[in-house]
Amino acid sequence: MVSITINGEQRTCAEGATIVQLLETLGLHPRLVVVEHNRVILRREQLDQVEVRAGDEFELVHFVGGG
Amino acid sequence: MATTTLAAQVQDTPLTIAGRQFRSRLILGTGKYRTNEEMVRAIEASDVEMITVAVRRVDLDRTKEEGILYHLDPSKIFLLPNTAGCYTAEEAIRYARLGRAAGLNDWVKLEVIGDQRTLVPDVYGTLEAAKVLVAEGFKVLAYTNDDLITALRLEDAGCAAVMPLASPIGSGLGLVNPYFIREIKRRLSCPVLVDAGVGTASDACVTMEQGVDGVLMNTAVAEAQDAVTMARAMKLAIEAGRLAYLAGRMPRREIAAPSSPTSGMLSSA
Repeated sequence: MVSITINGEQRTCAEGATIVQLLETLGLHPRLVVVEHNRVILRREQLDQVEVRAGDEFELVHFVGGG
Repeated sequence: MATTTLAAQVQDTPLTIAGRQFRSRLILGTGKYRTNEEMVRAIEASDVEMITVAVRRVDLDRTKEEGILYHLDPSKIFLLPNTAGCYTAEEAIRYARLGRAAGLNDWVKLEVIGDQRTLVPDVYGTLEAAKVLVAEGFKVLAYTNDDLITALRLEDAGCAAVMPLASPIGSGLGLVNPYFIREIKRRLSCPVLVDAGVGTASDACVTMEQGVDGVLMNTAVAEAQDAVTMARAMKLAIEAGRLAYLAGRMPRREIAAPSSPTSGMLSSA
């Protein structure tokens, strides 16, 4: 397991897991979440290609109500 | 004699933004509703085709509400992501890119806020962000204040629409500067949508009577005691204001002018 940061929180994840696998462990649907990985926004098709490394920083965002 | 069945169909062109046509001139925000069900019913009652949404962190512990896409079908209603809450151009650009990465469209309601108390825009940051986002292919709908020069600069920067405020966000104070809203509309070629400050249906109607292309509102509906009924009132007010503008109002007079004939009166005494 490696330590990573997701939305400002310290979390752990299996090293080498893909982003899709990471989202699955969090119970998030890849279609409804936008992933920023070390300040780079990932395209949907990259989610099962990019692997999680120690120290990675993620922002997982979605649409909420707003004006 | 004319009959009511021949009531004239008013000729109006649809609201067109960046080549996309909208039948409704009302745009609704989706924030601050008491429940998601009330929000969905208000959107239906308002008959709008475009709604705004915000980009925020997913709650990893799921103690709060899920994302809005659990409640709305983006194939049925156009979602306009905003950059609400951003105080710098850099931050707004980041939020705009995140919104586009959701894959729905390349539109953004650009907000760069300059002051916490009034939430008035930082027009310099807004213009800076608009230039970057337009260059990246975004359709930028820029929230701004009621300043003519800023509105002109935003149009020059390539914004798809310019959105001056009626009054501060969430204030419900209505249209405080009708003259400059009219002047901005007169001077710009791109659509002018008034965004923020409407408090009730009469505010929406008066705003549309200035000739602007549409109105964007959130709090006036979400914080009404009955949001769904207010949503319907806003739909009707926007339509009434638009029709009154197209009809052309009578001139204002400082003295009365009788509506009934002054001749044919009975002789007195």
